[in-house]
Amino acid sequence: MASIAQPQVMAQPITKPATGLWSWLTTVDHKRIGIMYGVTAFLFLLLGGVEALIIRTQLARPNLDVVSAARYNELFTMHGTTMIFLALMPMSVAFFNYVMPLQIGARDVAFPRLNAYSYWIFLGGGIILNLSWFFHAAPNAGWYGYAPLTSTSWNPGRNVDFWLIGLQVLGVASMLAAFNMIVTVINMRAPGMTMMRMPIFSWTTLIVSILLVMAFPAITAALILLAFDRYAGTGFYEYAAGGDPLLWQHLFWVFGHPEVYILVLPAFGIVSEIIPVFSRKPLFGYSVMVYATCAIAFLGFGVWAHHMFTVGMGPTANAVFAGSTMLIAIPTGVKIFNWLGTMVKGSLRFTTAMLFAVGLVSQFVIGGLSGVMHASPPVDSQQNDTYFIIAHFHYVLFGGTVFGLMAGTYFWFPKITGRLLDERLGKWNFWMAFVGFNATFFPMHFVGLAGMPRRYFTYSEDSGWGPWNLFITIGAFVLATSFLVFIINVVKTLRNGEVASDDPWDAATIEWATSSPPPVYNFASIPEITHRDQLWWDKYGDHGAGSGVERKAPAPKEQVDPSSIHLPNPSYFPLVSAFGFFILALGMLIDNPVLTIGLLHLPILVPIGGLIMVVAIYAWAFEPAG
Amino acid sequence: MAQAVATLETAHGGGESHIGGADHSGHPPTSTGLDSRKIAMWAFLASDCMFFGSLIAMYMIYRGEAERLYQAGQGIGPLPHEILDIPYTSISAFVLLMSSLTMVLALASIQKGNVRGLRIWLGATALLGAVFLGGQFFEFTEFKHEGLGLTTNIFGSSFFTLTGFHGAHVTIGVIWLMSLLIMSLRGGVRKDQALNVEIAGLYWHFVDIVWIVIFTLVYLIPYDEISTITHEAEGALRQIGLG
Ligand code: HEM
Ligand SMILES: [Cu+2]
Repeated sequence: MASIAQPQVMAQPITKPATGLWSWLTTVDHKRIGIMYGVTAFLFLLLGGVEALIIRTQLARPNLDVVSAARYNELFTMHGTTMIFLALMPMSVAFFNYVMPLQIGARDVAFPRLNAYSYWIFLGGGIILNLSWFFHAAPNAGWYGYAPLTSTSWNPGRNVDFWLIGLQVLGVASMLAAFNMIVTVINMRAPGMTMMRMPIFSWTTLIVSILLVMAFPAITAALILLAFDRYAGTGFYEYAAGGDPLLWQHLFWVFGHPEVYILVLPAFGIVSEIIPVFSRKPLFGYSVMVYATCAIAFLGFGVWAHHMFTVGMGPTANAVFAGSTMLIAIPTGVKIFNWLGTMVKGSLRFTTAMLFAVGLVSQFVIGGLSGVMHASPPVDSQQNDTYFIIAHFHYVLFGGTVFGLMAGTYFWFPKITGRLLDERLGKWNFWMAFVGFNATFFPMHFVGLAGMPRRYFTYSEDSGWGPWNLFITIGAFVLATSFLVFIINVVKTLRNGEVASDDPWDAATIEWATSSPPPVYNFASIPEITHRDQLWWDKYGDHGAGSGVERKAPAPKEQVDPSSIHLPNPSYFPLVSAFGFFILALGMLIDNPVLTIGLLHLPILVPIGGLIMVVAIYAWAFEPAG
Repeated sequence: MAQAVATLETAHGGGESHIGGADHSGHPPTSTGLDSRKIAMWAFLASDCMFFGSLIAMYMIYRGEAERLYQAGQGIGPLPHEILDIPYTSISAFVLLMSSLTMVLALASIQKGNVRGLRIWLGATALLGAVFLGGQFFEFTEFKHEGLGLTTNIFGSSFFTLTGFHGAHVTIGVIWLMSLLIMSLRGGVRKDQALNVEIAGLYWHFVDIVWIVIFTLVYLIPYDEISTITHEAEGALRQIGLG
C-alpha cells in the first residue's frame, strides 16, 4: 500500500491545486478541510433548523398534534444534539482550520493527515446520529441525556444507543482536532509571532482546544458507563443497583458547562478580529482580552453544578456554585467592554460582518444577564426547566455563537472564495435574522416566567400561553427565512459576485496578506512578524490604521520559488480508517451476526470495522508524509 | 521519568508523520524548538488525566456502596475485602513499576546510539507489561470464579470498569512497544529517532502513575469498616447530592 503513495511524493504539483472528487477525498490541506467542515456543518444547521421549525409548528397553538409526544421528544433531542455537536462546534472548527494557520503564518496544521481524519470521523458521527431516523430510533432523552430517561427500563429501543455511540464518535473527532490545533498554535507560528502578538482568534482557537481536550473526557467516561448500563446490564445510574442517577448529571455538566464556552469562545474570537477592522482601531485591551479568555476557560470548570440547583445538593454546594457562576460573569463582562472600547471614537464601517459582530455584542449581553439571574439558586428554582432557560441559552448560543459565525462567514468569505458576498442581501440577511431572532426568543422569557415548562409537547388553552407562542412561531419562520437569504447570497456570489482583492477590508492580520483565495502553500515566503496587527504595521507603520497615511512601501521580500515548497502528500488512509471506525460504531447499533470469543460477544461488524481502522492507521504511519 | 521528559535536544527526531518537527525534509523549525508530536502527547496525557479522573471519581463515589447495601440486606457479595488480594496485586504493581525503569533504560540506550540496548530494554518493558496484563487476566478470572462479574454488584461494575480501562491502556502500550521493537529489528529506530521511543515512554510512565493511584484507592485503603477517608469523602459527596 505504501508503494502507491510513494510516486506521489514526487508527482505532487503544488503550485496548482488538484481538482476533482478524489483530490477532496484525499486532501490534507487545512483550507480544504476547513471548507468541508463548514459546508457539512451548514447542512446540519439546516437540518437542525427544520427540526426546530417542526417543534415551533407543534407549539404554535394549544393542543395541536402536528407530531406525537414521542416524536416531539425525538425532535427536541435531535435539534439540540445536532445544533451543538454537528452544526456549531464543527463550524467553529471550520474557522479554526481555515483561518488560524493563515493567521499564524503556517503552511498547514501540525498533523495534516490527522486533521483529515478528524473531519471524516466527524462526518461518520453525524451520519450515525441521523441514521437513527431511518431505524425509527431517533434519540429521545434530551441533548443532556439525563438518567434514568436513558435507562433500558424506560427507554428499551435503540434510540439512546444511537445517541451515545454517535456522541462518542463525535467526541473522538473533536478531541483529535483539538490536539492538532493546540500543537499548531504552540508550535507552528511564523518567526517573530510571539504569543502576545498572535491574533485573538488564534488565541481563542488555542483556549477552546484546551477546553475541548480537558472537558470531553468527562462525557466520554459518562457515556462509557451509560453504554455498560445499556449493553452489559450494569447499574451505574440505577438507584436500585447501588448506582446514582445524579452521577450522570455531575459528569455531564463537568463536560457541559465548559462545552458552552467551547461553543461561544470561537465566536468571541471572530468578533474580536472584526470589530477592530471595521473601527479602524486596534483591539482595545488586547492583553486583558487574552487574560479574560483564559480566566473564563479556567473558571468554566468550577461552575457545572449551577445546572443542578434544583436537585437538592444542599445549601453549601448551592452557595459555592452560585458564587463561582457569578464570578465567571466578570471576565465575560470585561470582553464586552473591550469591544465597546474598540468602537469608541473609531471610524465605524457597518458592513454585514460588522453588523453581525455588533449584533453578537448586544444580544450576548441579554443572554449573559439572564444567566446571572438564574445563577442565584432561589431565582433558578422558579426558572429551571421553563422556557426562560430556553430564552437564556438561545441568546448566548444564537445571539452569541451563530451571529459570530455569520460575522466570520461574511468577513472571511472573500478570502476563502475570492468573491465578496453581496452587501445588500447581507443587510437583509442580518436584519431579518436580528428581528426574527428577537421575535422568537425574547417572548420566551415571558412565557417562561409565566410557568411554561420546556420539553412538553403541548399546553392547554387556559394556560394563556397561546398568543405568545403563535408570535414566537412566526418569529421562527422569519428567522428561518433569513437563512434562505444567506443561501441565495452565497449562490449568487459564487456565480458572479464581485471579485475580492487580497485585502478587501483593509484588515489587520496576515491572512489578508496572501492572495484570495490563498495558494496551496499559503505564503510564498513565510512572513516575519514584528508587531501585533502585523498587516496594519506593514501598511501604515507608526501612523496607525485609522490614519489613512500609508507607510513607505516596505522592501519587497525575497520570493521563494513555490515549487520548492514542501507540502504534505494527500492520503486516503484517514478516510479509510474513519470508515472503519464508522463500521465499528454501526456494528453496535444495527442487527448483525454476533461473534463469540471466550467471554466476549461481539457483533461481527465491530471487529471488522476495528480491523479496517487499525490497519489503515498502521499503513498511514508508514506512508511517506512528505 | 524526569530524564525521559527532559531530553529536549532530541527534538528533531525523524518525524515522518507530521510537518511540525523534522527538519530533514526542509520544514521550518518549530516555534518552541520542541517536536510537535511530543507536545501532542503531553496534551493527550492531560486529557487522559481527566478521563481517569472521571472514572476514579466514579469509583470513589461508589466505594463502600456494595457493603452498605449488603449490610442493609439489599445487596449481594462478593465484597471488596473478601476478594481483593493485596499481596498478589502488590507484586504485579511492582512488576509494572519496574517496567518504567526498563523504559528509561531503553530511551537512554538509543540516545547513546546503543541499538542493542534499546532492543533489550524495549523487549523487557513489553514483557513486564505483558506480565502485568497476565496478572490482571488471572485476577479477573479468579474473581469470576468467586462470583464477581461486571454486573454482580456496584463494586464489580466500578472495579472492572476502572481497572479494565487501565488494562486497556497497558495493552495499547505493549502493542506500541512491540511495534517499536519490530521497527528496530528491521533497522528502523536510529539514534536520531530516539524521540519515537521517548514519546512511547511518556505514555508508558503515565500509565504506570495512574496504576499507583488506582492501586492505592482500590486495593490499599481498607473497605471493611468504612474508613475515615471514605467517611469524610461521604460528607463531601452528600454536599453535592451524591452518596
Ligand atoms: C454570564 C454567563 C452565564 C451564566 C451566569 C450562565 C448561567 C446559567 C445557569 C445558572 C444555567 C442553568 C439554568 C437551569 O437549568 O435552571 C444555564 C443554562 C444554560 N446555559 Fe448559561 N450561563 C452563562 C453563559 C452561557 C453561555 C456563554 C452559554 C453558551 C454559549 C450558555 C449556555 C447555556 C445552556 C445551553 C444552558 C441550558 C442547558 C440545558 O439545561 O439544556 N450559558 N446558564
Ligand atoms: Cu453552565
